[in-house]
Amino acid sequence: MKMSTGLSYRDLSQMDRSIINRLQGGLPVCDEPYEQIAASLGIGQCELIGRLSKLLEEGFLSRFGPIYNPERLGGAVTLAALEVPQERFDEVAELVNRHDEVAHNYARAHQLNMWFVIATEALAQIDEVIGKIEAQTGLKVLNFPKQKEYLIGLRFDL
Amino acid sequence: MNKLLARYAGPRDVEVLAAIEEGLPLCERPFARVAQALGMSEDEVISRLARMKACGIMRRFGLVLQHRPLGYCANAMLVFDIPQDRVDRAARAIVAHEFVTLCYCREPHLPDWPYNLYCMIHGRDRQIVEGQIIELKERAQLLGFASKTLFSLRRFKQTGARFSSATRVAMVKP
Repeated sequence: MKMSTGLSYRDLSQMDRSIINRLQGGLPVCDEPYEQIAASLGIGQCELIGRLSKLLEEGFLSRFGPIYNPERLGGAVTLAALEVPQERFDEVAELVNRHDEVAHNYARAHQLNMWFVIATEALAQIDEVIGKIEAQTGLKVLNFPKQKEYLIGLRFDL
Repeated sequence: MNKLLARYAGPRDVEVLAAIEEGLPLCERPFARVAQALGMSEDEVISRLARMKACGIMRRFGLVLQHRPLGYCANAMLVFDIPQDRVDRAARAIVAHEFVTLCYCREPHLPDWPYNLYCMIHGRDRQIVEGQIIELKERAQLLGFASKTLFSLRRFKQTGARFSSATRVAMVKP
């Protein structure tokens, strides 16, 4: 992951915002995808490519490519939580994040104060990762498997 | 699941996905460049990706944003305890709100955690998000159900699901 350069969204030009808004809907899969997007924004392809490179470099965008559906590929994803004593928080965060299978990890304001997503190649491995985290931290991991998905929009209007 | 995999993601599909995992090249003919690196034709790369998108292996082809530099610092996870037979209705009412970014039903963890319906609101301003939470509870008629709001305090990791693990899956179980 690229580190943030300390720039904020306030530094983004109107055109950069339009590009980000437009591309969240997806890039067409065709021979000149950037040309198609650039034309719809009223700019040239070179300008679009230049702006995208800069946005990646500056850390506003982390990746530009396919968004997968791991479950469709036989993989598994779950949400899990820990109740971590405040004085152990950083140490436990490091132990949890060390696992490649941990995709996101957030501190949240609740007794269950650490919430993370585990993504694995197969369902059985979710329990393995949880077992390892429990052994390494000495804490009980609560697992909240998904039963149904209603919205995965995750779209931001800038 | 494996049937889908066998049907839709063969070894050549996996090669294509692995080649673009870190991002599509930023150039005029990005798929041609990927094709060249793989020894395939541009048409083959495009048609494989189009099919994988159509069958849902790929959700979409687009951007992964960094929420925080973009100013989305107020990130609230709302959880509700909703009787099973009313979950679908409640979820439909929740996702009708534009500011809701995700909505899932998850297994509860009794007795400590009875909540089964989750949704997320990402915003720039905590006060605005708090207002949206009140609006959501009222308009989606959720005030009668037990709920909790968990704002995020710090983010440690945000990588998203990478394909490397899925690639290995497909290699192991073609």
